[in-house]
Amino acid sequence: MNDQQTLAPDPHPGPPPERRREDGPEPRAGPLHESAREDAPVVRLEEIVKSYRRGVQTVPVLAGITFDIAAGEFLALMGPSGSGKSTLLNLIAGIDRPDSGRLIVAGTDIGRLTEQELADWRSRNIGFIFQFYNLMPVLDALENVELPLLLTGLSRRQRRERARMALDMVSLSDRLDHFPSELSGGQQQRVAIARALVTDPTLIVADEPTGDLDRESANDVLGMLERLNQQIGKTIIMVTHDQRAAQHAHAIMHLEKGELSQREELAAS
Amino acid sequence: MYLIKLILKNSLRHRLRTLLTIVGLIVATVAFGLLQTVVDAWYAGADAASSARLITRNAVSLVFTLPINYREKLRGVDGVRAVAAGNWFGGIYKEPKNFFPQFAIDPAYVAMYPEYLIPEDQLKDWLRDRKGAVVGRKLAQTYGFRIGDTVTLKGTIFPGNWDFVIRGIYDGRERSTDTSAFFFHWTYLNETMKRTAPRRADMVGWFVLELSDPARAAEVSRDVDALFRNSTAETLTETEKAFQLGFVAMTEAIVVVIRAVSFLVIFIIMAVMANTMAMTARERLSEYATLKALGFGQGFIALLIFGESLAIAAIGGLIGTLATLPVATAFAEEMGSLFPVFNVSAQTISMQLAAACLVGLIAALVPSWKAMHVRIVDGLRSVG
Ligand SMILES: Nc1ncnc2c1ncn2[C@@H]1O[C@H](COP(=O)(O)OP(=O)(O)OP(=O)(O)O)[C@@H](O)[C@H]1O
Ligand SMILES: [Mg+2]
Repeated sequence: MNDQQTLAPDPHPGPPPERRREDGPEPRAGPLHESAREDAPVVRLEEIVKSYRRGVQTVPVLAGITFDIAAGEFLALMGPSGSGKSTLLNLIAGIDRPDSGRLIVAGTDIGRLTEQELADWRSRNIGFIFQFYNLMPVLDALENVELPLLLTGLSRRQRRERARMALDMVSLSDRLDHFPSELSGGQQQRVAIARALVTDPTLIVADEPTGDLDRESANDVLGMLERLNQQIGKTIIMVTHDQRAAQHAHAIMHLEKGELSQREELAAS
Repeated sequence: MYLIKLILKNSLRHRLRTLLTIVGLIVATVAFGLLQTVVDAWYAGADAASSARLITRNAVSLVFTLPINYREKLRGVDGVRAVAAGNWFGGIYKEPKNFFPQFAIDPAYVAMYPEYLIPEDQLKDWLRDRKGAVVGRKLAQTYGFRIGDTVTLKGTIFPGNWDFVIRGIYDGRERSTDTSAFFFHWTYLNETMKRTAPRRADMVGWFVLELSDPARAAEVSRDVDALFRNSTAETLTETEKAFQLGFVAMTEAIVVVIRAVSFLVIFIIMAVMANTMAMTARERLSEYATLKALGFGQGFIALLIFGESLAIAAIGGLIGTLATLPVATAFAEEMGSLFPVFNVSAQTISMQLAAACLVGLIAALVPSWKAMHVRIVDGLRSVG
């Protein structure tokens, strides 16, 4: 059944030179490439199929999903529990692989990368925000935000400087030396946001970022994501089952029974 | 820097668990070191033995003696510079548990054992006194023997109560020299035997031969044994080292068991440590998955786990190794003269440290393999 998708002729024969551009050693090519980049979607999914094997039976989760996300978007992904929202987000973020289909994210066909290349790619292009924050409990706020910068060539001073700036952006300058256990849920999630943006990634993925927060903290966090999107133009995909949280996005897409519904544009903000 | 800090902080997360593991490591390291030292002590006599000396004894067994008149014939063998006679006395000082070796020797012994240092005047006093005895420094300290004291030994092989007067105390030239022995005049023993049991007189346990050239040991041994072939008491001549090893061989089985136990101790702590690390790594699976999501490679995860395991093992091993020295000293004191030489060797120390590191490495093996290969998606799920 799945072969159908893989055997089908490629509906988007994308220009090959563009694909590896993000990884190339010359990040600033010509103006021609620059403009080409503006038009290209940050995320392009083509006939993505994903199923899980449970014992002998196969549980289909995503049944051939195709859509684009343009640069600078703030997209909310909604759907009933178990509909595959997290699965889809994980595929886009490159921490899981589809059974078939093509995934072009930040200009790279990530299906072709080896595990190590994929890890490097993630460190440069994806910022993660999790429902349960996933901070390192033994590190204080500043060190947690500094963590992803260890994978860059920055000096210790530069790392600290940038981590401090990121924490400043989420209004936590006065909590640098607090450990996660000494912070509220909302504050922890703000640290996580700082960690997600400190590497200046192409795309930020957030899986139920407010799922564990009270209304007030949730609004805080959502407001911050909104500002990230508006002020520094970060592309954000957020999974949520909270209608009010979704209202902060530009558009909502619904996932149901493995299929994506039409996107719903939001006029707000 | 950052990494080291992270590793150390991680290892302090479960203080009690880490502490107990370290205590276990210390105990295991000390036990291992102590048992290895016991094995070393067993072989200490053989290790300290000189290759310039041969021992000639009855070919049948050590229990059988040789006639003293062999001495003259031995002196005539080519390559033999000097000959001394000795006998095992096997007396009891007050109680059977107060064991120390006692030898009846002829004065020629003194010159042949330069590793025993005795002041000139004390030596003269001893030579003058028929009932005189010379004791080692360690023995004197253990039982509080002082020069001029009279010591009575109850004979087991040679019946009766034997009185001796301490005339000298010898020191060892090396740290490995045995200073727990008791020496007295063979003539005193022999004269008494002549009176009480004439058939057992004029016999010695062994002869010590000093070689003019140690390289000729094999040749001289052959010549000596050939000389007494077909006589009433045939001889067996071997180097002092081989002779001592012959003693040890009688108790070899114990040594093998002690060795086995010492390695078993390491094996057990390895299992305990591996369990600790497995538990730790399992709890942190979501953290490892998060690190991987952020782009950290498998190597980084492995480094965290190996680093923590090695740090704990090294701390425990180091403290254990340091603690071995005082513990061994106390142990040696407790054992009295049973182990005349009880030194923790450099080899034992390096084995202790190596064993600790090995424990750390092996304990981290399976947990880090699992953590390295956890699927990010599965690892992240273990959060909620
Ligand atoms: N590792 C796995 N093994 C087997 N089945 C899985 C696995 N992960 C997810 N699934 C199944 O895939 C389906 C989609 O899961 P997913 O986590 O993507 O849903 P979701 O939309 O994020 O749900 P929720 O809103 O509850 O988080 C579910 O039916 C789930 O049971
Ligand atoms: Mg989910």
